[in-house]
Amino acid sequence: MTSIKLKLKESDVQQLKKVAKSFNNEPGELINVLHKAQEIFGYLPAEVQEVVAQELNVSVAKVYGVVTFYSFFTMLPRGRYPISICTGTACYVRGAEKVLDEFKRLLKVPVGETTPDGKFSITCLRCVGACGLAPVVMVGDKTYGRVTTDGVKDILKEYEDVE
Amino acid sequence: MHMLVCGGTGCRASASDMLYENLSKEVQEQGLQEDVQVVTTGCFGFCEKGPIVKVIPDNTFYVSVEPGDAREIVAEHAVKGRRVERLLYVDPVNKEQIADSKGMGFYKKQIRIALRNCGLIDPENIDEYLAADGYEAMGKVLSELSPEEATQEMIDSGLRGRGGGGFPTGIKWQIASKVPADQKYVVCNADEGDPGAFMDRSILEGDPHSVLEAMVINGYCIGATKGLIYIRAEYPLAINRLKIAIKQAREYGLLGKDILGSGFDFDVEIRYGAGAFVCGEETALIHSMEGERGEPTFKPPFPAQSGYLGKPTNVNNVETFANVPVIYNKGAKWFASIGTEKSKGTKVFALAGKINNVGLIEVPMGITLREVIFEIGGGIKDGKKFRAVQTGGPSGGCLTEKHLDTPIDFDNLLAVGSMMGSGGMIVMDEDDCMVSVAKFYLDFTVEESCGKCSPCRVGNKRLYELLDKITKGQANKEDLDNLRNLSMVIRDTSLCGLGQTSPNPVLSTMDNFMEEYLSHVEDQRCPAGSCKELIRYEIIPENCVGCTACARNCPVNCISGERKQLHTIDQSLCIKCNACLEKCKFNAVAII
Repeated sequence: MTSIKLKLKESDVQQLKKVAKSFNNEPGELINVLHKAQEIFGYLPAEVQEVVAQELNVSVAKVYGVVTFYSFFTMLPRGRYPISICTGTACYVRGAEKVLDEFKRLLKVPVGETTPDGKFSITCLRCVGACGLAPVVMVGDKTYGRVTTDGVKDILKEYEDVE
Repeated sequence: MHMLVCGGTGCRASASDMLYENLSKEVQEQGLQEDVQVVTTGCFGFCEKGPIVKVIPDNTFYVSVEPGDAREIVAEHAVKGRRVERLLYVDPVNKEQIADSKGMGFYKKQIRIALRNCGLIDPENIDEYLAADGYEAMGKVLSELSPEEATQEMIDSGLRGRGGGGFPTGIKWQIASKVPADQKYVVCNADEGDPGAFMDRSILEGDPHSVLEAMVINGYCIGATKGLIYIRAEYPLAINRLKIAIKQAREYGLLGKDILGSGFDFDVEIRYGAGAFVCGEETALIHSMEGERGEPTFKPPFPAQSGYLGKPTNVNNVETFANVPVIYNKGAKWFASIGTEKSKGTKVFALAGKINNVGLIEVPMGITLREVIFEIGGGIKDGKKFRAVQTGGPSGGCLTEKHLDTPIDFDNLLAVGSMMGSGGMIVMDEDDCMVSVAKFYLDFTVEESCGKCSPCRVGNKRLYELLDKITKGQANKEDLDNLRNLSMVIRDTSLCGLGQTSPNPVLSTMDNFMEEYLSHVEDQRCPAGSCKELIRYEIIPENCVGCTACARNCPVNCISGERKQLHTIDQSLCIKCNACLEKCKFNAVAII
């Protein structure tokens, strides 16, 4: 555990150490530490997991086990505009699958991946609880309700000129 | 005058926060601050027509209100005392305008106990909760009742756990109270992972103090001084409101040391889930709070004996807790007078799917599915035919026409092959293929299985593959037998509730919709017209006018035909995206 290949900047490592310390370097706080780490870095690459393991004095395998167990944690960077399609039951029976297919077709990436320019990523999530608006799509924090297959290109268009 | 604006997640998604700002601004501009108070509340339940604005004291119920409507509401309603007619709810059946929510079919049969304050009080203001009898039950329990007496009251009420299992809450408390330990814990399970159920989130967003109050009472009964709320990180609004509530309760001395001078200490902390359905299972939840993978362990020992950090722990779900204060305020006898013989009180359901009134409802146990779907829910969307209703989420089953008059309670739902679950209720119409629905749930289970025991990890995957084969028309009758047998094995041999109930969607659809399975297998036909591999799109020559709408909208250009001429679909290129059928105004595209 002594020889971490430092791809992370020293300042990043320090920041992670601070996070771990704020939870008293308690192994039982692993999930809370990972939540914070993901908030900072946007995702949890192996290097981040190694630092967390070292700081909480648990094995890297354990950290990896926890990261991969929970769907909220991701080891891949998300797009600048992460698209999440709700595939809860209410959205499913109101056509979420067709909406998802349309996003995949237009962006030419499968679920879980990011477009080559790093702009959009597609993920599915289970129920945001806005079932009255089914099917629901979220882009970042913004919620789109009653999305139709036709509406998909309009949603993407909103982000065309923002950069 | 009060203007209550829904601030639930659903209405927020339709810009209710901007609506609130606009209303406040208008009230200021008109100089009405003294007379009109604009308040953000929790969910009203009628999500179908959100955002909702309710004006009291005259109980006017405005639906589908947009931020731009603020000026008119203030100018007309607040200044001139005239209702804005165009924003009133119109009954879909008799087309009558209904101004007072009490007259709406959606609310008529509801009894709101757990949701009593949702849509009525500002969840971010403890004074409003206090004004609504808040923390009165806690005060009464701490000053007048012994822990034994308070637990007995809970047993007498007959309240059963609302998270799915339906275990008697009072008995659970009694078991935990009898285990001697230096430290015990009260845990609130707010890891609502059931897709299509959002009652716990709505309660936490609309009335967080009721849960905190109940946790203190629970702590007093079992002798715990620490409470933990395990909540999904995907619920940012609920987390935020909980944090505010905890802070306010501490400031008022309602949490912390020596609560209300009773000598009893109790405090609450929040723990975050990270998206794993299995963490709704109490042993898995406890492991997750300890920073581990959320894998369940065999019971016994039950959490009441050895739970969080090995200490006796009582786990109840949000909705269960929300019922608790009312039981002490109004008495166990009153609570037990509502509901059926073995299921007391009410149940909150998240009504969704192909139904007119999507929303959150609370109804007395014993109400029939027919009343819920056709009276409260306003019937099936677009005048289609009712097909099935799914209760209990991935652990439940699909019920059909013949079950519509079954009184809903824990035992009746189990008897007909489904379960109460956390209260998701998804309505399906004639266009929904029941085999695909079963496949949808299995897809969910496969993804959410924690992988610890092989019946669940491997078995559900095989179930999914069999269902996939059926929906592609590649299965034979032997596969149907295998499907049923394997379902039974998984049910009988899985470690935890997730695996034990995961075959329910398969078994219940096989029991109730066998003819649909047979059509897929014997005729390679999907009667609902939804399985892509088993359908094809055709143009009906007598209806086609040659408007070219289908050809222009086909994403793969597989429709050919000149203007005003009959069009044809090239089946070898068709991706079955449904675009042509949606675009055709002449009913000239059909699914065969």
